[in-house]
Amino acid sequence: MLEVKHLSKSFGGVKAADDITLSFAEGSLTAVIGPNGAGKSTFFNLITGALRPDSGHILLNGVDMAGRSPPDIVRHGIGRAFQVARIFPSLTVHETMLAAVGADQRRASVLHRRFPLAETRDRAELAMEVLGLTGKRDRTAATLSHGDQKLLDIALALVLDPKVLLLDEPTAGMGTEERWRMIDQVHELWERQKITVVFIEHDMDIVFKIAPMIVVLCYGRILATGTPDAIRNDDAVIEAYLGTEHAGAAA
Amino acid sequence: MTELQAERARERTIESSAVPRIETRSKRLRYIDVLIAVAAFALLAALPFLFSSKALIDFVIRCAAFGLFATSLNLLVGYTGMISFGHGMFFGLGAYGFGLIMQRTGVPIPVAFIGTLLITTLVAAVIGAICVRLKEIYFAFVTLAFQMLIHSTIVSWTSLTGGDQGLRGGIPRPVFLGIDLSNQMHLYIASCTLLVSGLLLMRQIAQSPFGYTLRMIRDNASRASFIGIDVWRAKLTIFVLAALFASTGGIIMSLFVSGAYPEFAYWTISGEGIFINMLGGVTTFLGPMVGTVLLLILNDTVTRLTEYYGIVLGIVILFFAIGLRKGLMDFMVEWCEQRRDGAKERA
Repeated sequence: MLEVKHLSKSFGGVKAADDITLSFAEGSLTAVIGPNGAGKSTFFNLITGALRPDSGHILLNGVDMAGRSPPDIVRHGIGRAFQVARIFPSLTVHETMLAAVGADQRRASVLHRRFPLAETRDRAELAMEVLGLTGKRDRTAATLSHGDQKLLDIALALVLDPKVLLLDEPTAGMGTEERWRMIDQVHELWERQKITVVFIEHDMDIVFKIAPMIVVLCYGRILATGTPDAIRNDDAVIEAYLGTEHAGAAA
Repeated sequence: MTELQAERARERTIESSAVPRIETRSKRLRYIDVLIAVAAFALLAALPFLFSSKALIDFVIRCAAFGLFATSLNLLVGYTGMISFGHGMFFGLGAYGFGLIMQRTGVPIPVAFIGTLLITTLVAAVIGAICVRLKEIYFAFVTLAFQMLIHSTIVSWTSLTGGDQGLRGGIPRPVFLGIDLSNQMHLYIASCTLLVSGLLLMRQIAQSPFGYTLRMIRDNASRASFIGIDVWRAKLTIFVLAALFASTGGIIMSLFVSGAYPEFAYWTISGEGIFINMLGGVTTFLGPMVGTVLLLILNDTVTRLTEYYGIVLGIVILFFAIGLRKGLMDFMVEWCEQRRDGAKERA
């Protein structure tokens, strides 16, 4: 279970995270929404150690992650995929997976054996299979399509066997159809792997359809949390976000 | 049961078990590398018997020194994406360290060899700890600055290093285990041994899990840290390892010229290392070795023909940088791939 307590971070006078307190139950699927600049990515950056919080605690099963380095946090079980796919362009899909498993098994600095290590194989296969990349195993990452690069980025987080998986806009930059395929894949992965998944998403149709739990951020604060129905009927949310968005979409 | 039978039985169990053919495959690749190394060594060892040319033997010894140096630089440049402009300092450190230990203490050569590597480890760890946090051009220039620092130290510490005259009076090379390195043939075989085993070790580093960690850091260091890799530690490790091989190159050089000169630690040595890597190419393991042979041939022929040596080398490097846009080995690999693909299409 991931708990965030009184998390704050400001850049100069801007409060990007303002006293955020949240908890994500084990095995839950939560969407984080909010207008641009609401502090969604900052929230992820704080949890994963890319940014150091000014104050507050991030508890993963009771252990405080606040202020730790990214590698340290990853090893504790918080994995992350990025808004713009961050991959290793010159490695093949298969090599990427094998190397990542190796890193997770603390074998990233082994010198006396040859890559790939036998004990990394099964997990690499599994991650490729879950995200449908098995057929593209020998493709160099740079040559993959945008969608597949996003999948590879997610696979890279998933292959580490995280307890919590944070997905920063898994559908960013995709066409409508591709979006649904991606989100189905995320949903399926959540059901199969039984891990806690938190994802940032802009598309309201997607969010309301698949997320059992929604967090709305605005100006670094939590505006509301709840089930899709509760969020849909929350006055503050409608005013700040949904109202305008849906009015725009309808027009 | 003979060893061979035992080996076969073991291989069978590996193959029949559910675990991984993958490892058998990578083991086989390692055997292939060892075979190539043994063959290359045999070829080098046979050279003096085929051609009784002293110049050729000298040439190969210099290739060994510069080949180790340039290949170790490629571990940084090509595999990790760390462009060091100061790698030559470890070449100089090797030459001076070894020369000084031999001149001042008179210990056996293997002890001086290991002592030099220990000193290199220490110096590289300190300099690396400062440099590897920096990125790209900052890393390049701070390594260059350290190179100049070491060079100035050598030039100004006259009582120890002989200043700009270098270590004179020859480096004593006492016989050890029946090996007499003042004999050209013995030195030749020793250099070839160091070259081949050094290349084999570096090949192992490049193909190990750590080698792939380096590739990940080169491709995307921040992503690497998000899968749990300690980027700083990995960079420092390869910085020190590469320094050790460069230092070995320097030791061979000091044995070859029986001395050490400030030029060995000057920035031009680092420049030549970069130049060799550009000539040979950084995407293949043997690229720098090919580049070394090319540069030394160029060096020897051009200086014999004209005094405008710099102009000719400049034109050659422009040809590689602007014309081919890659090193010779990169070019060859791409050409072979294209031919293969072409053949596939026709079939």
